[in-house]
Amino acid sequence: MNQTANKSDCSGELEASLRVPLLALFGGAVIWLVVGLVLGLIAAIKFHAPEFLSACPLLTYGRVAPAANDAVLYGFCLPAGLGVMLWIFARLSQRPLALPVVPVVAAHLWHLGVLVGLGGILAGESTGHLWLEFPRAAAVLIFAAFLLVALSAAATFGWRRERNLYPSHWFLFAALLWFPWIYSTANLLLVSHTLPRGVVQPVIGWWFANNLIFVWLALMGIGTAFYFLPKIAGRSLASSGYALFGFLTLIFFGTWCGIPQSAPVPAWLPAASALGALLSVIPLLALALVAKKTVSGANVACLGGPFCFIKFGVLSFVLSGVLYVSQFCPRYSLILDFTWFGFGVTQWQLLGFAGMILMGAIYEILPKVMGQPLPFPKLARWNFFFFAGGVLLFVIPLLIGGVEQGMQWHDARVPFADASAVALKFLRVSTTGQLLVLLGSLCLLLNVFVMTIQWKLGLVKSVLAYLTSPLAASEVKP
Amino acid sequence: MKTGISIFIAAFVALGASWCGLVLAPSLQLGGAKETVVLQSADHWPQQRTGDATLGLQVYRASGCAACHTEQIRQTGVATEVTVTGLGAHQPDDFGAFVKSLFILPTLVEYTNAIAASLQGWHGELPRTLLTSANQQVVSEMANRLKAIGVKSETRIVPQGDDIIARGWGYRQSVAADYLYDQPVQLGGLRAGPDLSNIGVRMPDANWQWQHLYAPKSVVKTSTMPSFKFLFEVRPVGHVPSPDALKLAADFAPGPGLEVVPKPEARQLAAYLLSLKANVPLYEAPFTPVTAVK
Repeated sequence: MNQTANKSDCSGELEASLRVPLLALFGGAVIWLVVGLVLGLIAAIKFHAPEFLSACPLLTYGRVAPAANDAVLYGFCLPAGLGVMLWIFARLSQRPLALPVVPVVAAHLWHLGVLVGLGGILAGESTGHLWLEFPRAAAVLIFAAFLLVALSAAATFGWRRERNLYPSHWFLFAALLWFPWIYSTANLLLVSHTLPRGVVQPVIGWWFANNLIFVWLALMGIGTAFYFLPKIAGRSLASSGYALFGFLTLIFFGTWCGIPQSAPVPAWLPAASALGALLSVIPLLALALVAKKTVSGANVACLGGPFCFIKFGVLSFVLSGVLYVSQFCPRYSLILDFTWFGFGVTQWQLLGFAGMILMGAIYEILPKVMGQPLPFPKLARWNFFFFAGGVLLFVIPLLIGGVEQGMQWHDARVPFADASAVALKFLRVSTTGQLLVLLGSLCLLLNVFVMTIQWKLGLVKSVLAYLTSPLAASEVKP
Repeated sequence: MKTGISIFIAAFVALGASWCGLVLAPSLQLGGAKETVVLQSADHWPQQRTGDATLGLQVYRASGCAACHTEQIRQTGVATEVTVTGLGAHQPDDFGAFVKSLFILPTLVEYTNAIAASLQGWHGELPRTLLTSANQQVVSEMANRLKAIGVKSETRIVPQGDDIIARGWGYRQSVAADYLYDQPVQLGGLRAGPDLSNIGVRMPDANWQWQHLYAPKSVVKTSTMPSFKFLFEVRPVGHVPSPDALKLAADFAPGPGLEVVPKPEARQLAAYLLSLKANVPLYEAPFTPVTAVK
């Protein structure tokens, strides 16, 4: 189980095979992150000044808000997660990436899909189903791109030199299976000409959203964390027994959450979700324990580096997960449903958990794949502090404001507008947090893009050098 | 978990189980749902929308209204009310004394304070709700006692819950049958604005809806809703002003010589909003319509 000792001779070849695919996946992902956060900020400002950009139908709140969410989830979390997965699969398999051209094509298809999807939402072509707003054309592109990346990952896995399986493998391998299944089910049923009747639509939507945001992000994020935490701490993963237990309980119980307690559906559906949510506390605690035991006492200076990102991410996973499942408790749901609480939890999952772990992984991976240090290592640290502080400032007011709002709705003497005004106070603080998160993501954007440009300049230079000095051609590094 | 195939099987079984439970089973149970019948009536529910309202749902979807508005009413339970509708030969005072004399009944012990409070400051105005209870026995006991002394009363089923009682957004909980003809169903998950399940009952005037869409603050001062000006046309007044031109307060009017008329999208959206009604009792969500109490 020692993941730290698998440095091999083919390391250089391995990293080189991943360079172009990862740049394609990460580059677009980082742009979408910034786009998503800017759209989110526009949406938030509308609560403070409802007339802000209201004359433009493209930027009305109901379009900007889902576009912002989808840009972060489909634009950033998924492709960046796929890139990190490819790298981890290649590393754990001790071989270069199989079919390296395929993920490059996939990355372009993916980002084209997100572009079409976001354009569709802003143009009013949203499907109207939560987290599945992308119109059909975008969904087809994204689905095809995922299958292509999965093909390359599976081939790398199948032709692995190192035959041992690590805990990261379970999580990431399951994530490869999970997404095509849920995405195809949801899109075939909800984004087709003949929709299922009535409330079957939202039930499928909730099932999908839970499986993507709670389960898939957990599989991808924890799989990544269980690779990097031991690696950076210089030891092996604390307890693979607990990790296995956490993995199995996560996929068996977590996948049943998602149906809100107040949903106008037959009562057994929310009851099943309440039970699933209760049992989902088990994997949260088990996985937290594994991570805690792995990092505690590790003598690693963190200082805003990748280790910080990933530790913050795992902590966010556990806390946001506990809050997430608490929404399915019938007693709490009466207060929490329909308030800003749920929105806050989702943002914590997307940015605080998945986003943090992915950014940490990108900062760890990029210098290795590119064979050169980060251009602005200080900005990477600033990224952590901006993002961590920003996420907390963004999310915590929403959580408190949500509870407050729910309590006020319960009180017949408080008019609805007053209860909403209470929430507005909290929204003002959370908008400040969004601004910090955006600043953090700009640091990432700078690092990734300057690195890409340096590499491209290097390519041009080496070509020029080759042309001008044919004698030394054999000496020039590609 | 020593081989890839064992991970595959575990993930397949886990996701397959939830797919069967939360996708297949609801589709089988609800996928063939048909219209139901309104309680104590021959009317069918839900009714098909008009053409304009059907198109309006697409405007609602495209504008993302569901990002801020829900279309679902929650209910925590059902209570039954006993409402006095006629005192017969009795005077308010001796009726009050009679009711107080019932307080010794063991079934009513829990309710004495509530009943006393409902008679506080009462001078015989009718109808007057005397007792609210989820316990059917208590209610029928009270109704029988009133009947015995010749006082007319009605018992009404009143759904409970904040959405219905504290916020007054609906008559009963939303149920699966309400959404039969919605394509797509727009339940919504956040209430940055009020619930719209019954907006067609609460605000039945299309002109109000247009005015609210054009300039929310002109009709609801505290509104945080953005304006949907792009659904309207501002144009010079012709020889005859348009009958549909919005009657806006001076602060919101576009200026002299100009009028604001709704584009087709605004008409459709308002038609859809007016079609949003969940005001009939169903088998799975019973209530006594308010009109029954005269």
